[in-house]
Amino acid sequence: MASGRPLLIPSPKTPTSPEPPPPPLPRIPSKSQNTSISKHSSSSSSHHPPPPPRFPSRRSDSITTSQRDIPDSEARFVYINDPTRSNSPTRLPTNSISTTKYSLLTFLPRNLFEQFHRLAYIYFLVLAAMNQVPQLGVFGRETSILPLAFVLSVTAIKDAYEDFRRHRSDKFENHRTCSVLSSDSQFLPTRWKDIRVGQLIKLHSNDAIPCDMLLLSTSDPTGVAYIQTVNLDGESNLKTRYAKQETLKTHSSSSSSTTAFPTSGLVRCEKPNRNIYGFHANMDIDGKRVSLGPSNIVLRGCELKNTSWAIGVAIYTGRETKVMLNSSGAPSKRSRLEAHMNRETILLAVLLFLVCSIVTILAGVWLHVHRAELDYMPFYRKRDYSGKEVGKYNYYGIGWEVVFTFLKSVILFQVMIPIALYVSMELVRLGQAFFMIQDDSMRHEKKRFQCRALNINEDLGMIKYVFSDKTGTLTENKMEFRCASVLGTDYSNTLTTQEEDDDDDDDEENNNAYTLTEDGQILKPRMRVKIDEELVQLLRSGNKSEKKKRACDFVLGLAACNTIVPLVVETEDPRVKLIDYQGESPDEQALAYAAAAYGFVLVERTSGHIVIDVLGQRQRFDVLGLHEFDSDRKRMSVIIGCPDKTVKLFVKGADSSMFGVIDKSRNMDVVRATESHLHSYSSIGLRTLVVGMRELNSSEFEEWQSAYEKASTALFGRASLLRTVAANIETNLQLLGASGIEDKLQDGVPEAIESLRQAGIKVWVLTGDKQETAISIGYSCKLLTSGMTQIIINSHSKESCRKSLLDAFTMSTKLSAMASNAQNSVGDAGSNKVPLALIIDGTSLVYILETELEEELFKVATVCDVVLCCRVAPLQKAGIVALIKNRTDDMTLAIGDGANDVSMIQMADVGIGISGQEGRQAVMASDFAMGQFRFLVPLLLVHGHWNYQRMAYMILYNFYRNAVFVFTLFWYVLYTAFSLTTAVTEWSSVLYSVIYTALPTIIIGILDKDLSRKTLMKYPQLYGAGQREERYNLLMFIFTMLDTIWQSAAIFFIPLLAYRHSTVDISGIGDLWTLAVVILVNLHLGMDVFRWNWLTHVSIWGCIVATAICVIIIDCIPILSGYWAIFEMMKQGLFWFCLLGIIIAALMPRFVIKAFMEYFKPSDIQVAREMEKYGSLNEAAANTAREIPMTSFANANQRIP
Amino acid sequence: MEMEPASSSGSSGGSQPHSMPSRRSRAFYRFTQQNLPACKPALTPGLVIITFLLLGIIFVPVGLVCLHASRSVVEIVDRYDIECIPEQYQSNKMSYIKDSTISKDCKRDLKVQSHMKAPIYIYYELENYYQNHRRYVKSRSDKQLLHGLKHRDTSLCKPQEMSNGLSIVPCGLIAWSLFNDTYSFVRGTTAMNISRKNIAWKSDQDHKYGKHVYPFNFQNGSLIGGGKLDPNTPLSDQEDLIVWMRTAALPKFRKLYGRIEEDLNAGEVITVHLVNNYNTYSFGGKKKLVLTTSSWLGGKNDFLGLAYAATGFSFILVAILFALIHVKNPRPQGDATFSSWNRKTSAR
Repeated sequence: MASGRPLLIPSPKTPTSPEPPPPPLPRIPSKSQNTSISKHSSSSSSHHPPPPPRFPSRRSDSITTSQRDIPDSEARFVYINDPTRSNSPTRLPTNSISTTKYSLLTFLPRNLFEQFHRLAYIYFLVLAAMNQVPQLGVFGRETSILPLAFVLSVTAIKDAYEDFRRHRSDKFENHRTCSVLSSDSQFLPTRWKDIRVGQLIKLHSNDAIPCDMLLLSTSDPTGVAYIQTVNLDGESNLKTRYAKQETLKTHSSSSSSTTAFPTSGLVRCEKPNRNIYGFHANMDIDGKRVSLGPSNIVLRGCELKNTSWAIGVAIYTGRETKVMLNSSGAPSKRSRLEAHMNRETILLAVLLFLVCSIVTILAGVWLHVHRAELDYMPFYRKRDYSGKEVGKYNYYGIGWEVVFTFLKSVILFQVMIPIALYVSMELVRLGQAFFMIQDDSMRHEKKRFQCRALNINEDLGMIKYVFSDKTGTLTENKMEFRCASVLGTDYSNTLTTQEEDDDDDDDEENNNAYTLTEDGQILKPRMRVKIDEELVQLLRSGNKSEKKKRACDFVLGLAACNTIVPLVVETEDPRVKLIDYQGESPDEQALAYAAAAYGFVLVERTSGHIVIDVLGQRQRFDVLGLHEFDSDRKRMSVIIGCPDKTVKLFVKGADSSMFGVIDKSRNMDVVRATESHLHSYSSIGLRTLVVGMRELNSSEFEEWQSAYEKASTALFGRASLLRTVAANIETNLQLLGASGIEDKLQDGVPEAIESLRQAGIKVWVLTGDKQETAISIGYSCKLLTSGMTQIIINSHSKESCRKSLLDAFTMSTKLSAMASNAQNSVGDAGSNKVPLALIIDGTSLVYILETELEEELFKVATVCDVVLCCRVAPLQKAGIVALIKNRTDDMTLAIGDGANDVSMIQMADVGIGISGQEGRQAVMASDFAMGQFRFLVPLLLVHGHWNYQRMAYMILYNFYRNAVFVFTLFWYVLYTAFSLTTAVTEWSSVLYSVIYTALPTIIIGILDKDLSRKTLMKYPQLYGAGQREERYNLLMFIFTMLDTIWQSAAIFFIPLLAYRHSTVDISGIGDLWTLAVVILVNLHLGMDVFRWNWLTHVSIWGCIVATAICVIIIDCIPILSGYWAIFEMMKQGLFWFCLLGIIIAALMPRFVIKAFMEYFKPSDIQVAREMEKYGSLNEAAANTAREIPMTSFANANQRIP
Repeated sequence: MEMEPASSSGSSGGSQPHSMPSRRSRAFYRFTQQNLPACKPALTPGLVIITFLLLGIIFVPVGLVCLHASRSVVEIVDRYDIECIPEQYQSNKMSYIKDSTISKDCKRDLKVQSHMKAPIYIYYELENYYQNHRRYVKSRSDKQLLHGLKHRDTSLCKPQEMSNGLSIVPCGLIAWSLFNDTYSFVRGTTAMNISRKNIAWKSDQDHKYGKHVYPFNFQNGSLIGGGKLDPNTPLSDQEDLIVWMRTAALPKFRKLYGRIEEDLNAGEVITVHLVNNYNTYSFGGKKKLVLTTSSWLGGKNDFLGLAYAATGFSFILVAILFALIHVKNPRPQGDATFSSWNRKTSAR
């Protein structure tokens, strides 16, 4: 309950609902009803666990909204059991779903439409279209469309396949059957897709729910149904839904059959919307108007559990169901690299424009100079003398010719902007995702890494800020009861006693506490809890001391004061059954298990009572009232009627709220002792709860009862009324004790944080926990160290916030100044800076975020090494991420597991969901999902680094590859009177980026590794390459382009000069250029490959061979003008010498610079590569070379075994 | 070079599956963990120096051999387009070349500088003639060349497409502008034997030009662009046409005219009787006659040899430079002190 997590966006599970919901059916349990229920439940309990009590749903809407009338225009009218009327005048969709994007008919237009959202494709389409104009035709008509068609069809095939898979699963869903009431009042199996709004549907236990239904009647006389929403929000615990009393009444009055239900009535509900947790409607039934809320509907995607049947009316079907309305994919983000790439694409476009302009101007000059000669020039012939009248042949005046030349040159040089890059990038990311998913070091208990977003893989290599949730992310969110303080005595001696008796059950005494027998069957709580012997002794001792009594009350309070539902689970051993405590808060579960371990086993819970096995003796407690947890009170309470006829109020809650309502006068010592215990618990990172109780005398009880009844039947302001009732009764409590629950750290979290820190990543923790807990967890996961100076900001007004921020800033500057002074004087490089930690709470953030103080916070936060935000609300989490994201170019990553992290996950550049205990909402919103926090290290340091490196290289290489080709064409144009002839056959120019050079870059983009996993993990500092954007930046782009110009010149001019005085024809020299450029770019790639595995070999050499084969095939077609040219060329030695010369000369500058750079100005990567290669030799040397102070690096080295 | 041990990423282990049933699945596992055995080439200083040296040592002799081959080729080049015009037409070349009544015969004396071994190739060389101009290159129909009138779509051939309703065979600007200067050689007083056969590619004759396609209506139009063809010879035997139709790559090009199958001695003078029919005057093209021997590397061209020698030489220079810097300022390979994070701290 008191998990202390902040409230958030609608989530069913967060205990701190802003609107403490009213019970839809306020009902004071009466004795008679209770017995009837218990009978019913015991009869069914042979098969089902006893149904939990009918507690109000936490999500039901407030009175005000549910009472609000829905205007007719905005309402949907559903006539119960009258689908015909429900579907008129407008026909509502049937229940068949279609998640497919396309149908056979619409596939082509829609898919193309979607694909053409990419601007580059439109560019290529326009060029292909222009090429169809006769005056502009540079390529053949078919060949010009081919590259675009190829790219489009690859994507289309991928899309079609995905869509087909969706279609298959849709079909499966649509053909499932369920029972629907037919016209002759019989439930007949019907296909899901045929269900219509207004039809009555009967569900049985474990049935999947076919559409959104309003519950009318269930097997439970009180109208309760349990559903599992694991497919909807990932929460595996059962949730309760209710049929309205009014519809149940119909049941008892209208018919005598066992499964009766209303067969008429009108439901006015809101139009379909995507809010899973909201619903309002009202129903006219039997002349009465009943309001309905979200607790009355069951949604498609859920399953009925523990309820033998339920009947409901379909209200939203098919695509209007809430789950379908919510099934949008992950938000699409664009990677940083791609954004940079677009910048360079624009540069390339400028370059393209320049090249085309040069050609155009020269062509214009040439035409102008030769304008008198054009008529008769055999190779121009602007006049056509063949007809009777001398006409102009294909000549439109110099002005138009210039325009045409420009357009033609754009068409010819279009590949300057690499079209294949887009497809290659998609394929490469797919491959990278495959490897990330397959990686065993990121697999947790069969749960593999998930890539939900495919287009930001490379961003993982450039992260500078990690924003992490705490609960469930750093910690396991598996609560474990650790300590208890009862009446001022600390029983925390649980750590030592448990280690031995884990393996076998020889410890009889302990086992007694754990198990109990019933009808020869052994019942065991599912989880074992470490217990304190002393407390056990005290509880079991025969004495009747006050202390023992209070201790019993304390444990009873733990067992009773919750909303846990015990479920009995069969085990392999037929004699043994396990009790599984289902509950919405892991803290409560831990407390219930702890109580069970101390001998107070909660066995059964029904609407009106609970059964607790008290030290082997079953006792029944009537639950007379329950006040839910809410974030204002920060406590919850139950009122139970004990077997000894006393009425007790048990309250548990956060210490801050509990000490306000405890009667301190009674036992000051106990209060003081408990306070100090609480302090020590929270300082070792435990979550604390305080338990108090009060015995109610009959007058108090009656007063409360009437107030409670009044409040819960109130039509308006029910929630606040109930809160007042709770506050009135929760006073003058007797302090029983406190509990400490350990929120266990996940495996490897401290190590992971240390690695991330070494990698230059700043880790910020944003938690909803209280400050002490947050700080203690900070220490235990090594986020905070004792050497750090902590700046704590807890302010309650804007002014004090401003002041503390300014103070913090001056302090930080002072400290860094001191540090640099110290360094200057002492010259000690080791202690470079006093590390700072900023700890700030949610209240202060309220005054800071979205005001001008943000800037101050930013300044302070960025100089701090660690930032810890506690008590933050979900939107504040997003606000903090935005604080960094909007002010810097640094990449941010948010990681979290709960629904409260969704906003931050979506805000950050990279969002990672932990698929943990808290449902799947974070995962659904994330870009990547994984099982454990520690996987962040291999994900960022290894995969992120690789992905970044690969993608950066691939983009540059693709630019280079196409530019080399374009420049080669360009040089030739200068020798053809600027008439845009290509020596390279048009087929080769089309196949160039598709077949000749595409595969190696994809293979290398997927497979190449600059450094091994081991090295990257050992030296997290290597991650800096991505953060500094070392592998892809403007400078590298410019150098690549310069290299491109040199290489294309080598390709072009060597054959030109070598064949200067020969009979060489266009096709022959064109083939030489084709082969040269393909071999060159492939070898260029090969030169930069870090690891040659067999796939690399196959792709690079294979592509060269494939090119040769293609060129030969093209030259074997007699009707092409280049027939047999390649063979004539290959006959001459000159050809081979040219080829060799081109390749060596073209690659030389790059090779020389590479060799010099790697040797004399090595990058970190280069050094690490060498270490990898000669590591064994130099390790000893590195250890001896102590003259140079090696800070973190030396530490890293020492860890090497 | 060294093989990366397959187990190098032991840190990925821990969750390594225990049972590995077959070699294939193990290989696949290795693949999925991105742990394929691979070769990691590294540019060690030794390797770099040796590479450069080796390249240099190979390239310099290769260049010298190429240079020698090129130098062994004897070449006689004679530009005749200006000289072959009589004095009175020098200022108005167009009227000379267009007037079919004027004799175009011309006599040129060529002096053989050094001994030329048979076969001696006769080329005509045109300059400033853009056979690679886009309009020109496209203006042909390869299908028509092979199938004759059976192939009807000759739209690419414009403006030399149709004549009297029939498509011209061969159509297009290229064929229309067929080179038609002729050369005959006299050595002393006897006419030399010139082989004019087998000057075209065999492949073209066999598969590209129809054996039954006759140029029956060639050069019939109002505007004569160049040479005429014998209407009774099929295209596959019109070798001059076939040579001409192989459009040259560059605006200055040579085309094979024939072969002299006898040696020429140094100091000899041979007389060329040429008919200067072809009009290059309208656009300032140059015409040359070339007699040349050939080497294993082709014709006379010093470029490749020089380029190889120069590159090889520069490689040796780079190797020396690299070695010098290396000796003066060595950096131990794989020394972590050179990584940026260590440099930063040591710089303080």
